[in-house]
Amino acid sequence: MQDAPKLGRQDTAAPAIELRGISKAFGPVQANKDISISVERGAIHGIVGENGAGKSTLMSILYGFYKADAGEIYIGGQKTAIPDSQAAISAGIGMVHQHFKLVENFTVLENVVLGAEDGALLRPSLAKARKLLTELAKEYELNVDPDALIENLSVGHQQRVEILKALYRHADILILDEPTGVLTPAEADHLFRILRNLKNEGKTIILITHKLREIMDVTDTVSVMRRGEMKGTIKTKDTSPEDLAERMVGRKVLLQVDKTPANPGKSILEVKDLRVTDSKGVVRLKGISFDVRAGEILGIAGVSGNGQSELLEVLGGFETATGNIHINGHPIDLTGKFSDGQSRRAQGIAHVPEDRQREGLIMDFMAWENIAFGYHNDPAYNKNALLMDNAAIRSDTEGKMERFDVRPPNPRLQAKNFSGGNQQKIVLAREIERNPDLLLVGQPTRGVDIGAIEFIHQQIVALRDQGKAILLVSVELEEILSLSDRIAVMFDGQIMGERLPGETDEKELGLLMAGMNGKAA
Amino acid sequence: MDKMPKWADVLLIPFINLLLAFILSGLVILAIGKDPLVAIKTMVEGSFGSTNAWGYTLYYATNYIFTGLAVAIAFHARMFNIGGEGQAAIGGLGVALVCLAVDWPHWTLALPAATIGAAIFGAGWALIPAYLQARRGSHIVITTIMFNFISAALMGYLLVNTLKEPGNMAAETRDFPAGAHLPSFHEMLAPFGVEFSKHAPANISFLLALLCCFLFWVLIWRTRLGFAIRSFGHSETAARYAGISPTKIIMISMMISGALAGLMAINNVMGESERLILNSVEGAGFIGIAVALMGRSHPVGVFLAALLFGFLTQGGAELQLWENIPRELVVVIQALVILFTGALDNMVRAPVERLFLKFKKRVA
Repeated sequence: MQDAPKLGRQDTAAPAIELRGISKAFGPVQANKDISISVERGAIHGIVGENGAGKSTLMSILYGFYKADAGEIYIGGQKTAIPDSQAAISAGIGMVHQHFKLVENFTVLENVVLGAEDGALLRPSLAKARKLLTELAKEYELNVDPDALIENLSVGHQQRVEILKALYRHADILILDEPTGVLTPAEADHLFRILRNLKNEGKTIILITHKLREIMDVTDTVSVMRRGEMKGTIKTKDTSPEDLAERMVGRKVLLQVDKTPANPGKSILEVKDLRVTDSKGVVRLKGISFDVRAGEILGIAGVSGNGQSELLEVLGGFETATGNIHINGHPIDLTGKFSDGQSRRAQGIAHVPEDRQREGLIMDFMAWENIAFGYHNDPAYNKNALLMDNAAIRSDTEGKMERFDVRPPNPRLQAKNFSGGNQQKIVLAREIERNPDLLLVGQPTRGVDIGAIEFIHQQIVALRDQGKAILLVSVELEEILSLSDRIAVMFDGQIMGERLPGETDEKELGLLMAGMNGKAA
Repeated sequence: MDKMPKWADVLLIPFINLLLAFILSGLVILAIGKDPLVAIKTMVEGSFGSTNAWGYTLYYATNYIFTGLAVAIAFHARMFNIGGEGQAAIGGLGVALVCLAVDWPHWTLALPAATIGAAIFGAGWALIPAYLQARRGSHIVITTIMFNFISAALMGYLLVNTLKEPGNMAAETRDFPAGAHLPSFHEMLAPFGVEFSKHAPANISFLLALLCCFLFWVLIWRTRLGFAIRSFGHSETAARYAGISPTKIIMISMMISGALAGLMAINNVMGESERLILNSVEGAGFIGIAVALMGRSHPVGVFLAALLFGFLTQGGAELQLWENIPRELVVVIQALVILFTGALDNMVRAPVERLFLKFKKRVA
């Protein structure tokens, strides 16, 4: 790569990055409106905003994925054109994407070098990278085994590889997009230590996140975006989470869920010794047992990938398992031979799946088709044995969209054209209005804006207050703590323990999530 | 993300694609020392210039509607059925067996029976690859293309050894009974006082093809099965979440696909040759892929694309006959159309889309 330092990067007085009057429109949608922002050298600068506020667009412009319609970019005081990501890299910008861009069956070293090789022969580049990696590991606590295959690394380590990739390409400015979404609290703390070390070395860091606590913990300054506009940049020490939330949404927001104590009734869901082995022969659930009672929310905490997804899939009827599950005292078939998602729905189980874009919705289907999705056999949605009653579905959809405040309330809009929060509301409207005995909810607020989070939480609590059983799976500890009436922590396909939200804290849960028994430790 | 208007997407882009294909074809014709304008005139006159010409064009189009719908319905379930060729050939076997089994008194009885025979045989031939895909994970493209070869060999064997009439030198069955003769356009239109060419092969199967277009639309956009097929085609994970069985959808959609391909035999075997001959499908199964792609898996699009390819087939034959343009070159022209409308679609789409957005912005 270019070893010759760019002129602009030498100029230490100028801000590391300055954006002036950046605008970007996608058709009628103005994703960025005249955005100006200045990021000081050697600072950790947070950018917060709801989904769709334009954070990602802005960063994509900075990284050369999109071309701005108007505006200028200054790097180190020098006007720079960034037509593509190669130009961004040459300008010293590195990006760690939310979804890592690593080759799974390559080693760490190979991934770091990939695309930045020095010549036709690989060996010199690898040797150089190995040396650099050792240095960086010492300097920034960025230790990763250079010869490990990516697929064998934990998510936290994979993220370090992404950071190493950027540093190997001489990045002075590091952009991290929602970096802690997949990390345990301990891993997140380690990441923040790394970021502080990088900052102390004079690197500039831009942190995009929706977690206000992280902004408060780690940033020096924070910029708030709302609906494509920059709503100002503040010193972090001069603000509070409540203040930031209000700036993001434009009104006062309840960060705490308002709910009365649970009044649990009879047991609705009983799970005994549930075991799941996936198609590759990996044991995903190692005999878990629990129950959920009417009128309570059982929260399942855990880092993603510890069996929660499989648990939801088994309960939702699209994964086979062994063991026993009773719903309302009736056993349900786990072999998949006599049951599927349809029979689960008939048994009173509704399911808001973890990944609404891949499971819960069909993105190319219109809203009304998605409202019928999974319930397309409902007689109310069919004219006769043969034909569906599309008009009836559409009018039902209009009602659901109104009651769940889906915007825009247009049943003929494709799911992909709704924001994350509104997509989730469509799924919730479909599932909650079925009046289920048991509601399975996976990551209800992932990628959902703060305003919608409040609404979604209220809906879940309201369903609980109607005496329904709710199983909540979330990787957001805050969400688990504020919504649940009881908390079970999963690690490696097992339940590490159950706690009551009032009698535990993030630290104890974090230890359980990492596989250590909190009480014993 | 913004998009260009729908009419541009559906009409303008295919039109530009076609235009490019024809310009390039013209250059190729020029290169071999012929006049492209004369060539296009010959093609148009030869396929639309008389009722005889129309009769051939619509006859070919009927074949392509069936095979195009067959590929299209599989596309909706995200299955790539390239076995239309074999399914149509086996469908022909079904038609022949039905037509030869009984001395049919009238075509109104023979047609429904032969339709069922064609559909069952075509569906049956698609069933095995479908099962292998659904249960064993064998890729449908590989298995269906293999089944094309197997069907060709099987038909050869049957026609030479079993179905051939003793004493006949050609590998073909005896003629179907007179009661199995389908009304041609000439016979159908005569009562209305329309003089349609006696010799053109277009027959009542064209109406059956139109009916299939309509039923296709009802099935895909108005029934629960169609809903399930489209759901599965868009996202298998989502379909599983909704309790839609992938196995069932793969099997059913592939069988409908095979049945539609098989129905083509009503047109070419029962309607045209009135006996089963070797290689009766003549590549229509493969052209169905281009038709479905160009028609965007929508019955109206499939119909229009089938007409286009009917024109190309008939016009190409005329070129060969009158202009002494070799058959290979006619295939080149067809290939260029397929290349531009199918494979190179995005080459035109991206610039046109940009143009539209620019224009829109200027207006706004």
